[in-house]
Amino acid sequence: MFLRKTLLTRHSVLPGFDLALGFTLLYLSFIVLIPLSAAFLKTATMTWPAFWDAVTAPRVLASYRLTFGASLAGALVNAFFGLIVAWVLVRYDFPAKRFIDALVDLPFALPTAVAGIALTALYSQNGWIGQYLPFKVSFTPLGVFVALTFIGLPFVVRTVQPVLEDLQKEFEEAAATLGASRWQTFRLVIFPILAPALLTGFALAFARALGEYGSVIFIAGNIPMVSEITPLLIITKLEQYDYQGATAIAVVMLVAAFIVLLGINALQGWARSRQGRT
Amino acid sequence: MSAAVPLRAGASAGAGAGASAGASARARANATTEAPWVKWTLIGVALAFLTFFLFIPLTVVFVEALKKGWGVYLAAVVEPDAVSAIKLTLIAAAISVPMNLVFGVAAAWSIAKFEFRGKNLLLTLIDLPFSVSPVISGLIFVLVFGLQGWFGEWLRDHDLKVIFAVPGIVLATVFITFPFVARELIPLMQAQGTEQEEAARVLGAGGWQIFWRITMPNVKWALLYGVILCNARAMGEFGAVSVVSGHIRGQTTTMPLHIEILYNEYQFAAAFAVASLLALLALVTLALKYAVEQRVKAQKRNAGDRAE
Repeated sequence: MFLRKTLLTRHSVLPGFDLALGFTLLYLSFIVLIPLSAAFLKTATMTWPAFWDAVTAPRVLASYRLTFGASLAGALVNAFFGLIVAWVLVRYDFPAKRFIDALVDLPFALPTAVAGIALTALYSQNGWIGQYLPFKVSFTPLGVFVALTFIGLPFVVRTVQPVLEDLQKEFEEAAATLGASRWQTFRLVIFPILAPALLTGFALAFARALGEYGSVIFIAGNIPMVSEITPLLIITKLEQYDYQGATAIAVVMLVAAFIVLLGINALQGWARSRQGRT
Repeated sequence: MSAAVPLRAGASAGAGAGASAGASARARANATTEAPWVKWTLIGVALAFLTFFLFIPLTVVFVEALKKGWGVYLAAVVEPDAVSAIKLTLIAAAISVPMNLVFGVAAAWSIAKFEFRGKNLLLTLIDLPFSVSPVISGLIFVLVFGLQGWFGEWLRDHDLKVIFAVPGIVLATVFITFPFVARELIPLMQAQGTEQEEAARVLGAGGWQIFWRITMPNVKWALLYGVILCNARAMGEFGAVSVVSGHIRGQTTTMPLHIEILYNEYQFAAAFAVASLLALLALVTLALKYAVEQRVKAQKRNAGDRAE
């Protein structure tokens, strides 16, 4: 009865609050919070210069550049094409549309290792796609970008799609009545309504890409300073029993991920208030 | 009134109205749809993008798996190391999915049916594992249970192994799939409110009776949806499991790890054969997801109607 007395802000006749919340908090602590705190406590045992050296070594900095750069590029490509895919799926009819719609979620469902070896095979120099390209994709930073584009693909489509479905035709009709061309209507009426959702999808794709490991390591070639992503560097340090070094880099990535998460929460709040107004 | 109008006039008036309605519908369609060339260009661009990034990668898995014939394919799938990897994958999913299912129901019951302090913080914390890199998800369990970790010496003294053994793989999988069921249930149960449960309570129903007879039937499709997604992720997880597994062939390798080993040994056909099993699982997941999604949407609509 302790939780019910101290935490409830509104009386309820329903039973089970103490049991449900008690179990939730206990489980959350043991599975998520305590293990995660281990990363921060481990780095707290390091001196500041040691920590700073570990997270700013040239090889580590190169991995940040690649991870953040390729994640950003992948998320941008997904924002552009994801908007088109969402538009086409909501507004037009064409053969096998429902099948294609269901398949958009494939990167969520396909294990990353499977995606990794499939993309590597496709984009290697004698692969189905790679043989027609004048430049190398597999085993270069470009391969990292391809893998991160694949795993981020559903995010923009799935955030923009519902907003587009709810969009009332009246806005577009009003714009057309007032003499707007179709492109003007899209640019000045439809796009501003979609913008928060588009940005949210972009941020989700970016966040997912930052931590991605499985689909990247096969196609990247993993050359230090060139095509080595930060999560791989963490594993490399672990395999050398450099637990402190690995954890220091992990903490940097965790903080970056939390900042992106806060940004996404703010974006979603903005999107909701925007939708509430229309 | 209209019955009094002579037949001919009525017919022509009707035809006139029909024609003008058709014309205005056409005009409106022109004003709010794109020219055909724009439409087909957009469809073309979308399909080309999906072809290169979805359809071809999916196809190549099956083509590469069968490149050397069914014999090699079957041999790769029934070989002892592969079978043990399949077993371990099933075990990890069979433990982590029910655990996170129970958690998801408990979390959703407390969050959706009660108003309490710190609820938003709790919601954010539940989503936390989604924003943690899989590699880091594995690393934190090494820091807790590894030889140099908090419980490392104690575990060694008691001859228990967590890291580089099955318990570590299960723990990492539980962490990775932690939010799946909870985040499907919470919004639906919040939308459904507490009126039905309260009515049952007033009529004298006990807690478990309310839960099984009222709440469960209302959320069963969302629950199934969460379980499907949770299971797909549990079976396919690679990064987190890779850190804690130790890659002992035939003992601590799950299917994704087995694929990696085969691939690094240049046994491409075998790697893709095992991968094709996981790709099939992904396709089944998508089909189930699509079927269940319609029912979840219906339940959400019902909840929305009731709220109004």
